[in-house]
Amino acid sequence: MADTAVHTADHGAHGAHVTSTGLSNNKLAMWMFLGSECLLFGGLISTYMLYRGRHGSGPGPNQIFDIPLTSVSSFVLLMSSLTMVLAVNSAKRHDDRGTNLWLVATGLLGTVFIGGQVYEFTTFYNEGLGFTTSLFGSSFYTLTGFHGVHVTVGIVMLLSLVGIINRSRIPGDKAEVVEMIGLYWHFVDVVWVVIFTLVYLIPA
Amino acid sequence: MSTTAEHTHDEAAHDHDGHEAHDHDHPTDGYFVKTAIILAIVTALETTTYWWEGWFGEDVARFATPSLLIMMAIKFFMILLVFMHLKFDHKLFSLMFYIGLVLAIGVYMVALFTFKFFAS
Repeated sequence: MADTAVHTADHGAHGAHVTSTGLSNNKLAMWMFLGSECLLFGGLISTYMLYRGRHGSGPGPNQIFDIPLTSVSSFVLLMSSLTMVLAVNSAKRHDDRGTNLWLVATGLLGTVFIGGQVYEFTTFYNEGLGFTTSLFGSSFYTLTGFHGVHVTVGIVMLLSLVGIINRSRIPGDKAEVVEMIGLYWHFVDVVWVVIFTLVYLIPA
Repeated sequence: MSTTAEHTHDEAAHDHDGHEAHDHDHPTDGYFVKTAIILAIVTALETTTYWWEGWFGEDVARFATPSLLIMMAIKFFMILLVFMHLKFDHKLFSLMFYIGLVLAIGVYMVALFTFKFFAS
């Protein structure tokens, strides 16, 4: 039975599984997942676009957004993509120390971004924009909140990965595991690129 | 950002079925740093559009939205192709992602047209 299976547990020189496509099934699944995430964020972004002018007597986007602050947050998230890709390269060189260093740096930059988002939400709330204040408020908090949750999940994955690498608990190709978490992290950054432009910079 | 000589670090990238494994061919750290610098510059340019009306007047400011959309697309594809390695990886990975992306853009553009978003 073992010799007939295309997807065997047979590991190659780099710990990769033999598959019918010759590609990593895990990586293929990750790309499919990211493709499906486009539909999730597409729905949230288009809902926001429809409702951004519906703020009634509450504060609207042009009165409430702090563009310099959000620009700094965007820059921080962008740089976290750089540190993430450097972590992937370190993992491919089998440099565990470098991998851990860049993963921690990515997690810290992500934490700074989340800190900025918490500050922004708190400020907006104090200025009178609650979740149920208006359709604008609901769609804005839902969209950016979902993104924030994705970043938070990414930070947890990054820090967990550091712990797992330190304990040498990754069977097979370590670089591929780092790369897959990297793909998720870059996707979160790509989504923010779209949100930053469509939500914050293009006037309502 | 474009020199192919920088695409080094081959790891004997051949799989067990005779297919060439493109996903083992990846660029150097310097290549990624250059990409990040370009992304940072584009982000700075994006941010300046917020003040275009005050600096240059309404005639120039009306080009802010199309400029922003172009810069957004540049950043989007630079991250996708370089940081996420789609440029260097097997085309099947690209296909998996682009199916979702094209479907999302198509469905939600129809939704926005249905709600007359572009008419307002």
